[in-house]
Amino acid sequence: MMTKTVRAGLLMSACGVSLLAATAPGAYASGMPQLDFANPLVTGQVMWGAVIFLVFYLVLSRAMLPRVSRVLEDRAHRISGDLEIARAAKHDADRAVAELQQARKDAMAEAQANLQKALDEERQAAEKQMQDISSRLDKEIADAEERIAAEKARALGALREIALDTTQALVQRLTGLAPDAQLVAQKVEGASARRAV
Amino acid sequence: MAGGSSINVLEQFELHPILGSLGEALRLSQSPIYMVVAVCLVLAFLYLGMKPAAVVPGRLQAAAEVCYEFIHTMAVDTIGAEGAAFFPFVFTLFFFILAGNYIGLLPFSFTFTSHIAVTFALALMVFVLSVVVSLKSQGLRFFAHFMPDGASPFLAPLLIPIEILSFLSRPVSLSIRLFANMVAGHVMFDIFASFVIMLASFGVVGDVFAIGPIAINVALMALELLVGVLQAYVFAILTCIYLREAVAH
Repeated sequence: MMTKTVRAGLLMSACGVSLLAATAPGAYASGMPQLDFANPLVTGQVMWGAVIFLVFYLVLSRAMLPRVSRVLEDRAHRISGDLEIARAAKHDADRAVAELQQARKDAMAEAQANLQKALDEERQAAEKQMQDISSRLDKEIADAEERIAAEKARALGALREIALDTTQALVQRLTGLAPDAQLVAQKVEGASARRAV
Repeated sequence: MAGGSSINVLEQFELHPILGSLGEALRLSQSPIYMVVAVCLVLAFLYLGMKPAAVVPGRLQAAAEVCYEFIHTMAVDTIGAEGAAFFPFVFTLFFFILAGNYIGLLPFSFTFTSHIAVTFALALMVFVLSVVVSLKSQGLRFFAHFMPDGASPFLAPLLIPIEILSFLSRPVSLSIRLFANMVAGHVMFDIFASFVIMLASFGVVGDVFAIGPIAINVALMALELLVGVLQAYVFAILTCIYLREAVAH
């Protein structure tokens, strides 16, 4: 408020002083042509100036300035349009990259699954083959053992007969008498039982 | 320019009728002719500048656009959202004054902004416009502004006349500022140019010393180029400030 009043006071005094100085006799002996308001040309300037200013204003506001603003708007529009296109292109590119990455990830997962499946199948097949082989081997071993047992039993049976025959022959040769078959068999049985054959 | 040893620095502001008696009858002097020249130059500059209407502007188009955007920014930033409506007026005012100031710097030409009748008419136009806009946007509340908010009612008899005087002095200060700056600059040109002619009559020594006033006039020309655009800017920005007060609250 103070500055406003001070400014107003200063302005008033400045105006007063300049008007006084301009019109003071002696300052300019012939006077300023600008202050010769009796001269119709001085006031005529205002009339002509008003017409010229009005025409200038109308031409500027109706024709010239809209032209400039159209160009500026057109440019701003075009730049924003281009930016929009670029933004859309970037969006598309980003989406394509994301899709590509997703596809790669999917393909990797699928490949991993396929590999796992193949490995599992291979392992199962190998296990089955191993089982087959081992069962066949087991069977063959069992058969072989059975055969060995049979052979052994047969061999043991044959051994008793040989022992009986040998004992009979030995006794006959030693004594010259045919031993009682029943007794020989009993003795051989007892001896072999003693040896746990 | 003054002739001989007598200096009449005010002669350059005299108005002469154009086309003899016809000019006298129509009150047509060289001043309106220079107004027409100034207006035509500005319009030609804008027309030729914006003729390509290119998206990527050339030098002249860029210059025209800079002029447009400078005033547009000033109007919208100072006045506010309503500034766009006053922009053509501020643009007209700024370039009318700027072209007048600059055309006056050409030798043998005339500066119509050095006439108080012209500058006061422009200032009065701004003043009347701001009052009309104030009354239209604020109605009778406009008169409440002559009593500052929060001031003691006892001070009202003192404050209200001061505020009214301050308001009424606006067109006076606006017009005298421009008029006085232009007159002062051209009087100085004339005085130093007359010194050159006076020194030239003193022979070789005078010729040598005449370099001083010529150098001063060259420097003055640079100063006047600054003053010319500065005064046009001051006139336009003050117009914007008055219009902001008119459209505000």
